[in-house]
Amino acid sequence: MSKIKKNKKNVFYDPSLKRRHFKSKLFKYFTLSSLIVSLAFLAIFFIDMVVKGSSAVQQTYVQVEVSYNEQSAENYRDAVDKKYLELLSRAVLREIPMQIKKNPSLLGTTKVAWMLADDQVDMYMKEYYYKISNKDLATLTELIENGRVEKKFNTIFFTHGDSKTPEYSGILSAMIGTILTLAVAMFVAFPIGVATAVYLEEFSEQNAWSEFLEVNINNLAAIPSILFGLLGLAIFINLFGFPRSSALVGGLTLALMTLPIIVVSSRAALRSVPATIRQAGYGLGLTKVQVVKDHVLPLAFPGIMTGSIIGLAHAMGETAPLIIVGMIAFIPDSPTSVMEAATVMPAQIFTWAGMPERAYIERTAAGILVLLTVLISLNAMAVYLRKKFEVKW
Amino acid sequence: MATFESKHRYAHLQEDVIKYLLILAATISILTTFGILFSIVFEAIEFFQLRSFVYFFTGTEWTPGVENSKFGALPIFAGTFMITAIAMAVALPIGLGSAIYMSEYASKNQRTILKPLLEILAGIPTVVYGFFAAITVAPFIVKISAAVGLEASFNSALASGVVMGIMIIPYISSLSDDVITAVPDSLRKGSLALGMTKSETIRDIVIPSALPGIISATLLGISKALGETMIVVMAAGLRPNLSWNLLEDMTTVTVRIVDALTGDQAFNSPATLSAFALGLALFFVTLVLNVVSVRMIKKFKEKYKMSSL
Repeated sequence: MSKIKKNKKNVFYDPSLKRRHFKSKLFKYFTLSSLIVSLAFLAIFFIDMVVKGSSAVQQTYVQVEVSYNEQSAENYRDAVDKKYLELLSRAVLREIPMQIKKNPSLLGTTKVAWMLADDQVDMYMKEYYYKISNKDLATLTELIENGRVEKKFNTIFFTHGDSKTPEYSGILSAMIGTILTLAVAMFVAFPIGVATAVYLEEFSEQNAWSEFLEVNINNLAAIPSILFGLLGLAIFINLFGFPRSSALVGGLTLALMTLPIIVVSSRAALRSVPATIRQAGYGLGLTKVQVVKDHVLPLAFPGIMTGSIIGLAHAMGETAPLIIVGMIAFIPDSPTSVMEAATVMPAQIFTWAGMPERAYIERTAAGILVLLTVLISLNAMAVYLRKKFEVKW
Repeated sequence: MATFESKHRYAHLQEDVIKYLLILAATISILTTFGILFSIVFEAIEFFQLRSFVYFFTGTEWTPGVENSKFGALPIFAGTFMITAIAMAVALPIGLGSAIYMSEYASKNQRTILKPLLEILAGIPTVVYGFFAAITVAPFIVKISAAVGLEASFNSALASGVVMGIMIIPYISSLSDDVITAVPDSLRKGSLALGMTKSETIRDIVIPSALPGIISATLLGISKALGETMIVVMAAGLRPNLSWNLLEDMTTVTVRIVDALTGDQAFNSPATLSAFALGLALFFVTLVLNVVSVRMIKKFKEKYKMSSL
């Protein structure tokens, strides 16, 4: 282009060409920068979560002398030296009378133990904003100088349920709730979804009914999730009388949301099985059901599994409909059946995010990191399955 | 021979039973749609028996908790559209730009990496975006506005709108990328052969050809934004606010639904039932957007005789 010099004799000379090429380049940079911006959002987001959540890996403990005697069996305030009371987690102190009741041989003994610190002490140790009275701060500084304050790995987060005291709250009960809810959801959605896909792909004829079904499934996928919550509330709770907040109601609601995802991916998997397989089956005298059951479905199974795992991951991150059916209750102990009140991980994150204490922020971010790790592994598993079992016909 | 025949008859019966079971399963999806529709409609009718239908769509006062409560949803609709508009203002240029880069400029290898990477954004749970909006973006906006002498609310419409926009980017970019890639190469080559630059080709030939698909993606994005709940519940306000100021707090349809149904009002009170009236409006708007969007993509498919998209 540059060889076309400004020359009156050159018939190819276009005075606007330089500007046009410049514009073309500009446009390319615009599209590239928009891609970079969206990837930058992703990076900022992950960095932000890791920065906010990483401090929750450790939790502060204070070494104090705990005395198990008649007074402390009645009132936990007598178990430790008065000046340490405000520095220790009240949730742990409250358990001392219960421990004595459970194990009377403790009575009359004293023990030097690492006790869980109060969330404000924890915030102080992690150099966040804290609120500790001057007197307690002096005691704390003295303890730190004597090496009696330590940050240890936060096992509580993974072994306990929700708590009203931030330092004693964990994600376990929400994890169990998530497993129960998703088990119900998949138990309902997987067979129905696959059956719907098999019907649409293998049995139905192209008519108004099948078209209606198809349009309906597409619309179902686009209905805002919160409206599924309204359905769950009106039908499962008010009409059927299932217990509010239970994993059963949450799971059924999520099942209906996951259904279109499973149907669409299962249909794609069934469609990718070549017609020759079916024709060979018919040629050998098999019935339609036999062809589908013994030949088409096994070949489509990896694809169906991949789609179902993606649907599962989708359901796992869903919050809005579960809030509507009441799954944001305060659940300190893990639920043991689908009829009990339960909460799920995203709902737990939502509850913690609304708490006023600063200590809940790192807990929320840590919960998010746990949730994202599970989701990313699920999706990676789906990709791996697809790669491993992919058949090129 | 006789035994063979009886077995055969049995097989036929089995075939029929299985077929009807499959039809039964397929009907569940239809039952769900109608379940949603009826569960919302019946409660909404109950609401409109208690409160005026016209005032619901034209009134500007929303006072659910008090005596003689008023339910004018106009400020709620306005807030919803405001936040949706902010989200689309973020998502449309960035999403479309990314799609154009991936389909027109990036190599095939780059595209296979970039596309799933962008789709991670769609896989992040919305409650996580909500936390990000409330804890990171909103305070940041307050700080920035204070620096230029403006006053922003910690529940500003801008914060939830921008984060919602980030969430919608992959919905726009993924579908747009698919349709732009599907535009036949002969069109591009013809345009380049006529001496158009690459950007002119994209702007005047490729984009207009892919327009039905892009509009379809946009409508889908809008419908996602209207129905998005967690981001606005966590980062936007509760106060119905009729205002043009993006730095003020606003509320949305979904926020009011959650608020009405998680409160401790009696189920048959107008305050609770109002959630279903709002849900009904949301259902119809998103349904129309989705139907139009599906129509558009169908038109595109027919134009280029594509079977899969």
